[in-house]
Amino acid sequence: MTALQDRAGTKATDRTKAKKISPWLVVVAGAIIVVALTYTLPPFRTYQLATVGAYLCVTAGLTVLTGLNGQLSLGHGALMATGAYTLALWQNKFNLLPVGILVAVLVTTAVGAVIGLAAARLRGPYLAGLTLAVAVVVPSITSTFDETFNSDQGLSVMLNPPPESMTNEQWQAWLCWGGALVTVLVLALLTRGRFGRDMKAVRDDETAARLAGISVARTQVAAFVVSAACAGLAGALFAVIAQSVSPGAFPLTLSLFLLMAIVIGGLGRLSGALIGAVLLVALPAVAHEIGEAAGSQRLEGNLALTFFGVVLVVVMLAAPGGLASLRVPFTKSIPFKKKGH
Amino acid sequence: MKRTATVLAAVLLAAAGCSNSGGGGSSGSADTPGVTDTEIVVGTHMPLTGPAAAGYSKIAPATKAYFDYVNANGGVHGRKITYKIMDDGYNPANTQQVVRQLVLQDKVFAILNGLGTPTHSGVLDFLKTNRVPDLFVASGSRSWNQPDKYPGTFGFNPDYTVEGKILATHIKETYAGKKVCFLGQDDDFGRDSLAGVEKVLGPVAAKQSYVTSNPNVGPQIGALKAAGCQVVVLATVPGFTALSIGTAAKIGFKPQFVVSNVGSDPTTLAKTLGAAAPLLEGVVAANYLPLANDAANPWIELYTKVNKEYNSGAEMDNNVVYGMSVAYLFVQALQSAGKDLTRDGIIEAVQKGGFTGPGLVPVRYSADDHSGYAGEQLTTIEGGVAKYFGKAYRTDDGDGAVEVYEAAAVAPPANGIPAA
Amino acid sequence: MDRFVFLTFDGLSRGAVYAAFALALVLIWRAARIVNFAQGAMAVATAYVGYSVADATGSYWLGFLVAVVAGLLLGAGVERVVMRFVDHSSPLNGVVVALGLVLIIQGVLGMIYGNEFRPAEAPLSRDAFEIGGIALLSRYDLFVFGAVGAVVVLLTLLFTRTPTGLRMRAAAFAPDVSRLLGVPVGGMLTLGWALAAGVGSLAGMLVIPTELGLHPTAMDIVFISAFTAAVLGGLDSPIGAVLGGLLVGLLLSYISGYLGATVAPMAVLALLVIVLLSRPDGLFARSKARTA
Repeated sequence: MTALQDRAGTKATDRTKAKKISPWLVVVAGAIIVVALTYTLPPFRTYQLATVGAYLCVTAGLTVLTGLNGQLSLGHGALMATGAYTLALWQNKFNLLPVGILVAVLVTTAVGAVIGLAAARLRGPYLAGLTLAVAVVVPSITSTFDETFNSDQGLSVMLNPPPESMTNEQWQAWLCWGGALVTVLVLALLTRGRFGRDMKAVRDDETAARLAGISVARTQVAAFVVSAACAGLAGALFAVIAQSVSPGAFPLTLSLFLLMAIVIGGLGRLSGALIGAVLLVALPAVAHEIGEAAGSQRLEGNLALTFFGVVLVVVMLAAPGGLASLRVPFTKSIPFKKKGH
Repeated sequence: MKRTATVLAAVLLAAAGCSNSGGGGSSGSADTPGVTDTEIVVGTHMPLTGPAAAGYSKIAPATKAYFDYVNANGGVHGRKITYKIMDDGYNPANTQQVVRQLVLQDKVFAILNGLGTPTHSGVLDFLKTNRVPDLFVASGSRSWNQPDKYPGTFGFNPDYTVEGKILATHIKETYAGKKVCFLGQDDDFGRDSLAGVEKVLGPVAAKQSYVTSNPNVGPQIGALKAAGCQVVVLATVPGFTALSIGTAAKIGFKPQFVVSNVGSDPTTLAKTLGAAAPLLEGVVAANYLPLANDAANPWIELYTKVNKEYNSGAEMDNNVVYGMSVAYLFVQALQSAGKDLTRDGIIEAVQKGGFTGPGLVPVRYSADDHSGYAGEQLTTIEGGVAKYFGKAYRTDDGDGAVEVYEAAAVAPPANGIPAA
Repeated sequence: MDRFVFLTFDGLSRGAVYAAFALALVLIWRAARIVNFAQGAMAVATAYVGYSVADATGSYWLGFLVAVVAGLLLGAGVERVVMRFVDHSSPLNGVVVALGLVLIIQGVLGMIYGNEFRPAEAPLSRDAFEIGGIALLSRYDLFVFGAVGAVVVLLTLLFTRTPTGLRMRAAAFAPDVSRLLGVPVGGMLTLGWALAAGVGSLAGMLVIPTELGLHPTAMDIVFISAFTAAVLGGLDSPIGAVLGGLLVGLLLSYISGYLGATVAPMAVLALLVIVLLSRPDGLFARSKARTA
């Protein structure tokens, strides 16, 4: 997995080093590890593994958008909801999972394109504010159109039982990691090519990028659309593992947690997205254990919340490159470069 | 790269470390999950936080307190009951997570009294797949009463349609000719309740709904006022009952409120309303368990004693009564299931029924009926104190008549623990 | 008709709170070019402090005062301890740090006070006066108008009539020149944050009794409405923020009243999109450039 690191802002000499291991190899290795884990872990751990996979889809897409292209979105929770609800509606009507996931990704991509078109014209806090408003509009939509979305109660998702030979949790883990590995592979290939260079150029200096013949708006919209597709996939996978969708599953805090996940792992790095996805699952679990041990209900959710917040602030102040950047002192990886003005 | 791997490994190890704390303990004689010769582990999901937590957060601790009382007196068939309480914040997504943790990691014997219609609906299939008994759900949705589809699920509360019919019967008799309106939660709770009301009264003059994620009911109450409503039926959780009554007063709207049992605990409402608590005067509601303020009732005496000794003297209110009544019923079911406890055994025992307890009306359980209490009696608030009036009613969720139920109340056993 | 009148007054009363909150956002934006996404959480934190004091002493007004003072201190503290060290080369860094603060504040509040809604009583009656059978305004609404009006007047006087206000403006618009002229730019920045957070706390104390009660996330929706109000008025313009706040309040009141409460957040989003795409400098903008 380490070879997947996209060295945001690194020098050309580093890039050749990173290219030594092909992303194909990493994905195959990842698949083998996941399959091995699903046969060794107890059921609840397997379920958590599946959740990590689903999170990885969205964090990978988001880290490309924010880290490589410099666009901050707080609306990815809402995009996940789009994918999840699409899948739920599709399943309850047709009960054909593979097509359902594809449709969920396509619908979310379309929604992402609309938001992305608006986003490309906005910068910094304006974009954050707009996507924030998108994040809180989910419960409003589900209760206004409650005939379709059934309000706060949400929808249950019709699913066929998994194949006889495996447990439900194993099947969920395979499905989620199938999605996650495909996502990572596609993103790794995309960002290594011309698209990746364009995104970084736009992030670092829009004017220079424009002079170099890069269409700034098109690159930004494209980046948003790609990350929206990832979020849609993640949402669909969450709908499958939870067998239900509801607005409460996609609160504002989810979007903030996603941001924390990509910042802590190092913006723009796919390996960072993996670290973030693991932490999103592991930290609340650890906080729950601590809360239970301390006998205090109040600690439970709040401990994780506080920890995520502290991490976000400390990382931004002390090591803007994220945990993954601490190891190479001379390659500075600053997440947001100055815009040319 | 090494560092990335190290971080990951550390996290994975930490996560794996946690698993050991949960799954321990040797399996029971019958190889039933969550049951050993000395212990029965059951779990629940409850809103301890969030907009729906007002009042409800007291239920599970009360249930646990009664179990501790039973444990201190030797347990059930020599087994002590461990009650694992998980907070889901009334958020269906969290319920998914915590119930999986209870079933897959903590290996509970059964889920007891999981609270909420939107929350619990989402885990029915999961519990069925894993063959986990799903007892006494804390909600009056009709979904729990589907023995063919969900053989392990049983309700506890009277279902909302039953309640709606009873409230509407009272309205028909007492407020004949008045304009009746409805405000309900935008889910099965509100819908089933409205269905019951309309079965008796016909279409209401105006209906509005709210969602717990939006704590502003001004527009809905304003619309009810504009429609000229004289009686308003509230199918609301406690926080929103208080909010609705407070908001109505704010805009000078003073109808007769008739409130679902779900959102009617006077202690919780008075606390939420604060200085505006006198607004509760005259509010009509319904209940099916002894009222917490009825100190002379033998059940309340028992619960007060247990509450003092095992619940660190939490303020007695109807939620405490509710929680302990759930625990009492569960202990009855365990006693009935016998020494050789299995998951199928407890379901059979509940279906066999015949439980008598604190309720004003009997529970309905049988092989083809998994709904809980069969009816309710009306209450009103006078001088800040709730009290029963009239007679208890019983009905079904179909077109059956609403009939008076008259039977002598049952007293609790001398030691407060149901016998085998 | 009487419903329209009621919705108008209700909208203006809510709008006044949004105006105060938007004003707080504008103050920090002018001083530091940061949109303080932690404003809502900071206001809730000080409201908890205020109500704790009110409960302990029995005096709401003392609690109110303590909340505003706590806001001033918290604002100064956040600037001194955290924001000062943010790398300002990209505007996103400030946003991310502010969002981190949101998580910290909400988590800590939850640990101390629990996540249930705590009833927060209004100090004055919220029963509306009726004139000719039409419910108009409550005493509490009048108090809200008075408090927000006083803040607007005081801030205007501060910025236009006092040397400190002048220095703050200078430090914000031309920090380098100001520093050369001996203006303590850092101190002015701290003062700006303190003032803004104080105003935010005031707005929080005003809005919380009208909602379900005190809760760590009580201000999330209010923040978005206020952000919309600030954008509507142009982030640089205090007058625009006040007008924007009233406008958003009115609009939301009408939409909630006539179309249903659930539609309101969608209306906020739609308004935000329209304004950002058509008049990104705000409806009342005078200057042309929006830098971000």
